[in-house]
Amino acid sequence: MSLMREKLENTNEVVFTAEFPSLDGGGMAKVVKNAARLAPWFVGVNATDNPAAHAHASNTASAIAMKMHGIEPIMQIVCRDKNRLAIQADMMGAALHGIENISLLTGDDVTAGDEPETRRVFDIDSTQAINIARIITTGKYLSGRKIDPAPDFYISAVENPSAPPFDYRIERALKKYRAGAKYLQLQICYHPERLEKFCAGVAKIAPDLKLIPTIVLVKNAKPMSFMHDKVPGIDIPQDTIKRVSSASDQAEEAYKLTVELAKHAMTLPSVRGLHVTDFRHDDSLDRFMYDLGQKPRN
Amino acid sequence: MLKKLLPFVEHVIKKPVWDCRMCGQCVLHSTGMTCPMTCPKTLRNGPCGGVRENGNCEVIPDMQCVWLKAYDRKVFLPLPTVWKDHFNELRPPVDMRLQGSSSWINLVTKRDQQTPAGWSTTDGAH
Repeated sequence: MSLMREKLENTNEVVFTAEFPSLDGGGMAKVVKNAARLAPWFVGVNATDNPAAHAHASNTASAIAMKMHGIEPIMQIVCRDKNRLAIQADMMGAALHGIENISLLTGDDVTAGDEPETRRVFDIDSTQAINIARIITTGKYLSGRKIDPAPDFYISAVENPSAPPFDYRIERALKKYRAGAKYLQLQICYHPERLEKFCAGVAKIAPDLKLIPTIVLVKNAKPMSFMHDKVPGIDIPQDTIKRVSSASDQAEEAYKLTVELAKHAMTLPSVRGLHVTDFRHDDSLDRFMYDLGQKPRN
Repeated sequence: MLKKLLPFVEHVIKKPVWDCRMCGQCVLHSTGMTCPMTCPKTLRNGPCGGVRENGNCEVIPDMQCVWLKAYDRKVFLPLPTVWKDHFNELRPPVDMRLQGSSSWINLVTKRDQQTPAGWSTTDGAH
């Protein structure tokens, strides 16, 4: 049984997840280095699938490498680059290597990446992909062809609590739950009141669906402005950016803000953990985890 | 003859009104009379996470998100309740073989109801 499933289904422990840095070179040495940094804190770590429409080492290869080095992968599969055959092949490839955590995403558009001339695929959407992963766990492909024994996936997805249409996001979370997702990692959200409303709504209509909001550690206001200006679906109130940019010690103010957002998120209904992205700022990651009352695992 | 004529007639009627892409498996009634195939990602089960703060599309920044439009229309248009109830159903993957054919014929023959043998949902919808 995957540790993610064990912790989320059989305990009340707070579960922290993270993003494994994309792999472009440096071989296994780079995997080892990042695994050592992340292993003490995180139950599961996302093996991304061409994030932000940039090509990197593949999701499956990265997930296998992570697993080899003691990190439990949450293997993402996005719908942008692969048709339904390739997506099922990814799932079965994961199963072949004992990877149980599968996360299904729509994926950023190709125009977000460095090769915007690429043909976008989107043969199926993320909710259909979730459902297909669930179907595979019943012992068959989408075609009906038998898989014996059936893989045992622990299926998850993502949702953006802070993008319009706000009310519909809650219904969409339910839809993903019905399709087979057991938990949702949420997009970065700098509007605590929106996150609050989303979590309360989900807790009401899909009480078994677990939520893992994302918290991002930043050193100053610059990445906040970047996210606000350049990442569709992320909005950061100007007052929040100003709070950090006008502080005499931007790093400290950004850190304080992050801890506030994290602590608030952890009080919300259905929230079972946090997804931490840190832009590789090792020092603040350790401090952050200790400040949230966490101790290194083993 | 009808098989050749109807797609043409359907396209002439539906293109100007809904920007129909002739997927051959029309779901307009269940998506607030808004064609999901006009979403640049052709998402049939709701919006992606890239919808901008002003409600516009991630891919085409000066166009309103197709699913935002669909949701608003579902809420505000006087559509039959049964259509509104279908809004949250899990729509199956598109059958690419039906591209360019008449969804009217496919509706009558129930060809548009055919899904891959392994497809099933947990909520009783298609």
